[in-house]
Amino acid sequence: MISILISAVQPVTPEGIIDRYPNSYNHFVLPFVIGISFILVYLLIGLIRVLYHLTGEDRIKLLKSLFIPKTALKNLKDLFCDCLLHTKIWKRKPLLGYMHSAIALGWFLLIIVGHLEVYIFAPRHLEGITEGSLYYPIFYRFFIWINPAHETLRGTVFFFIMDLLLLYVLSGIGLAMFKRVRSIALGMRHTTKPSLADRVALYCLWAIFPLRLLAESFTADLSGGSFLTKPMNWMFKAFFGNELNFMPTWWAYSICLGLFFLAMPFSRYMHILTEPLLILMRNAGLKVRKPRKGFAEAEIYACSSCGLCIDACPMNSQKKNLKYSSVYFIRFLRRHNNRRINEIADKCLMCGKCAAICPVGVNSPEIRRVQRETLNNSINYDYSYLDSIAQTAKPENAEASAEGKVLYFAGCMSHLTPKIIKSVESLMKASGTEWEFLDKDKGICCGRPQMLAGKTQAARKAIQANKALIEASGCKTLLLSCPICLKVFKEEYGLKGIEILHYTQFIDRLAKEGKITLEKGTEAIVYHDPCELGRGCGIYNEPRNVLSAVGDLKKAPKERDESVCCGYSLGSMTLDEKDRAKIAEHSVDNLMAANPDCIVTACPMCYRAIRSKSPVPVKDFAEAVVENIKPSKTKK
Amino acid sequence: MIDFGFSVSPSSRINLDSVDRESFAALAKLEPDVLKCMACGSCSASCTASQFEPTSVRRAILSLQNGQVEQALDLLKGCMMCGKCTMVCPRGINTRHLIISIQKIYGK
Repeated sequence: MISILISAVQPVTPEGIIDRYPNSYNHFVLPFVIGISFILVYLLIGLIRVLYHLTGEDRIKLLKSLFIPKTALKNLKDLFCDCLLHTKIWKRKPLLGYMHSAIALGWFLLIIVGHLEVYIFAPRHLEGITEGSLYYPIFYRFFIWINPAHETLRGTVFFFIMDLLLLYVLSGIGLAMFKRVRSIALGMRHTTKPSLADRVALYCLWAIFPLRLLAESFTADLSGGSFLTKPMNWMFKAFFGNELNFMPTWWAYSICLGLFFLAMPFSRYMHILTEPLLILMRNAGLKVRKPRKGFAEAEIYACSSCGLCIDACPMNSQKKNLKYSSVYFIRFLRRHNNRRINEIADKCLMCGKCAAICPVGVNSPEIRRVQRETLNNSINYDYSYLDSIAQTAKPENAEASAEGKVLYFAGCMSHLTPKIIKSVESLMKASGTEWEFLDKDKGICCGRPQMLAGKTQAARKAIQANKALIEASGCKTLLLSCPICLKVFKEEYGLKGIEILHYTQFIDRLAKEGKITLEKGTEAIVYHDPCELGRGCGIYNEPRNVLSAVGDLKKAPKERDESVCCGYSLGSMTLDEKDRAKIAEHSVDNLMAANPDCIVTACPMCYRAIRSKSPVPVKDFAEAVVENIKPSKTKK
Repeated sequence: MIDFGFSVSPSSRINLDSVDRESFAALAKLEPDVLKCMACGSCSASCTASQFEPTSVRRAILSLQNGQVEQALDLLKGCMMCGKCTMVCPRGINTRHLIISIQKIYGK
């Protein structure tokens, strides 16, 4: 079988395969040709637009990334896994994954195998536009006549593969139709409302493959077919008698294809063509600079409007908030509807769940942040009081002994929950760690809240002041108890030679090094992943390592990157107290499903939010650890 | 001028007729929470920025109601948006959005 396929790759023109139409043209190809030409031109212009709006620096970065072996390899892997196999959907919802890869991978393979077939049996038609290379491979079965007496094994293999692929696609289309009626069967509670262009493209897409099956069945006795098309051909002959039926079906097939391509740029299906570009740009490390141009535009057009983010959004525990989902944000961005864009941008909690589960990987919270920046960055502020702090802090004044010390930055929110600070203090004592307290009094905000509010300039000021203080301390390890701070310290500070640790990582390390010994209690614990710690910084395992040594760690139904935001995130600007409380309840419900004795979290904000709604005691991570340190060590 | 050892302090009279009520109405529309404040002062007590610079949401709201716009803006310009005031507010006022809204509407 394999040797047949290998030998099949060499082009030959066997006898008995001839063009039914001398110049290989028929009027019915016109709709398709118009459609495909339109989409190709549109794609070219779009590509130029996106590249034009990138900054020069970003363009060079993108170009360079294509030649870095590691990035190029990742590009290839992502293109294959995300665009063709859709591993991300498979992992979350297998049936949905099957549906999508049946349509996408199946169609892709139909095109590839179709071209291969033409390359082998009628290579002349791939030589140029004048030979019909644009449409010929698509309508190959219409133009070719194969003498049944000369049908080769090689040809039969191709007929079989093509029919199998068509069946594969049709099974996906069938599921897609069923999904429109009952989406929950495929694992989606809510789906998006399609726009007009979406509907046109959608119905065309549904029609394309059944029509292809019909069209190829009508001509199967002329151009060959296999298990699907041949029997249908016999059946049709028995029913209709003549062969003239095939002309209208081929016309319909071509019109559907043409219409699909014409509607594509205005519909959700633009994601098929934009996703590869987005993958390249993302792997090159580009960032969103403007909310509607450049990289953001690639993200906007790559959004498949699938609506997986609707179910994921913690706000949507209330039905009235459905309209604030990422998918609608992107849709309004695409339509330049500024009022709605700002409304949605301000509402979002920025928990990042939509970005984490997005099959295309559209980072919409980041676009929202940049959108807020366009409105709020220019708001007046006066941080002149920070200047003197930044100036007096000098690295030269640092004590030489400070190098081995740990510098603890509690952050604003930890100061609201003194329990956390006390726990960290006793932990330091128990483990015998030498440490300094950076913001014991007169602490400066880390800058993340300003960033989230879109006041980037103001954030820079705060970052500058804190950075000066940290560098002046001379310590080489920075310990944080607030994940909100952690994210900005990691991403924006650029602290060279200073290790930034969250206390979950720090405690995990202490336990591994044997500086503290943990006693296993009998309590059933469930751990809440704070958004900024988990999805924001990718820290999932360290807290779990420690907690499983402290008690009986249970699993919440939704955890790790699926964890539900506590609702009190600083990310949202306009969400009011009542809505936040509802989200907190929803979040607690998810945690309580594991039936724990206590809930542990590692963020001062989540701690406060969950405590207000939880029926069981809520502990901070450090607190839970300190309670379970073996006393023998503490005495040392 | 003869120095009497004292001076006349500037008038602290507020003329409510000349207060810009439209802006306050616009603010209340943008962030209705401004009407909820009961001036308990939790926000000022917890404020990060007030350790450096007089900053207080409570007093800013009061000043706005009195028509002292400059004073209100002065009380908010040092805000670091950290959100502690939102967390401690017993009335559940969305202070961060309130501050930004005040700055947007009054600050030019």
